[in-house]
Amino acid sequence: MNVRPTSPYLNYRFAYTMLLSFSHRIAGVAMAIGLLALSGWLFAAASGPGPYAALIALYSGWLFRLVLCAWLLAFLFHFANGIRHLLWDAGKGLEKSQARSSALVVVIWTVLAFALCLWVLL
Amino acid sequence: MSLRTPLGSVLGQGTAKSGVHHWWMQRVSAVALVPLTVWLLCSLLRLPLGNFVLVAHWMSTGWRPLWLVLTVLVMAWHSALGVQVVIEDYVHGKLAKPLLLMAANFFHVVVAATGVFAVLRMALRSY
Repeated sequence: MNVRPTSPYLNYRFAYTMLLSFSHRIAGVAMAIGLLALSGWLFAAASGPGPYAALIALYSGWLFRLVLCAWLLAFLFHFANGIRHLLWDAGKGLEKSQARSSALVVVIWTVLAFALCLWVLL
Repeated sequence: MSLRTPLGSVLGQGTAKSGVHHWWMQRVSAVALVPLTVWLLCSLLRLPLGNFVLVAHWMSTGWRPLWLVLTVLVMAWHSALGVQVVIEDYVHGKLAKPLLLMAANFFHVVVAATGVFAVLRMALRSY
């Protein structure tokens, strides 16, 4: 009874579309933690100019800036790959070749959108 | 004690009609987040985030408090559903699994409540 069958997730032959699948989850979990930063930002703003300035000082540190960039990257990727998932759920693009080309579209979108965001921010 | 197997006792009963609920809610929240997150990201990129007065004005005027509340709630909902699946898939400890699932739920409820409280406080403040 203790040994239950598990999903054979370690037995697949590697395909690069798998990377997007892992990354989708990793990006999602990363953004779950990012909710803390979003709510923290709203809360600090509602608390007045003093607390808000303190929060902006915290968010402006180079380490935190790096984390914010990582969240931005995670969002842009998860957003596009999520739409890819929704299209699959609608029964579209399920062929292997289509899944590969849509993966490429997601990666290119992520890189370009990330570059555009950084350009706007800097 | 019954001699019937667990399978035998459920065969022929039909489904509980709730099997796809979690899956469907994940999709519903995902679709809702497409416009909401685009709006939030575009707003954040254009806001002078260091300027308290401008940020406070942005947060509390027009329909923005409503969009912000919706965005925070749907984000937390979508995130809670997703993190739940990740925990269910990768954590198998008898104690760790229920504790982590519970902690994830607490986390999402607290984060959502804090965000909504903050937006309402800002939008309804009287000064």
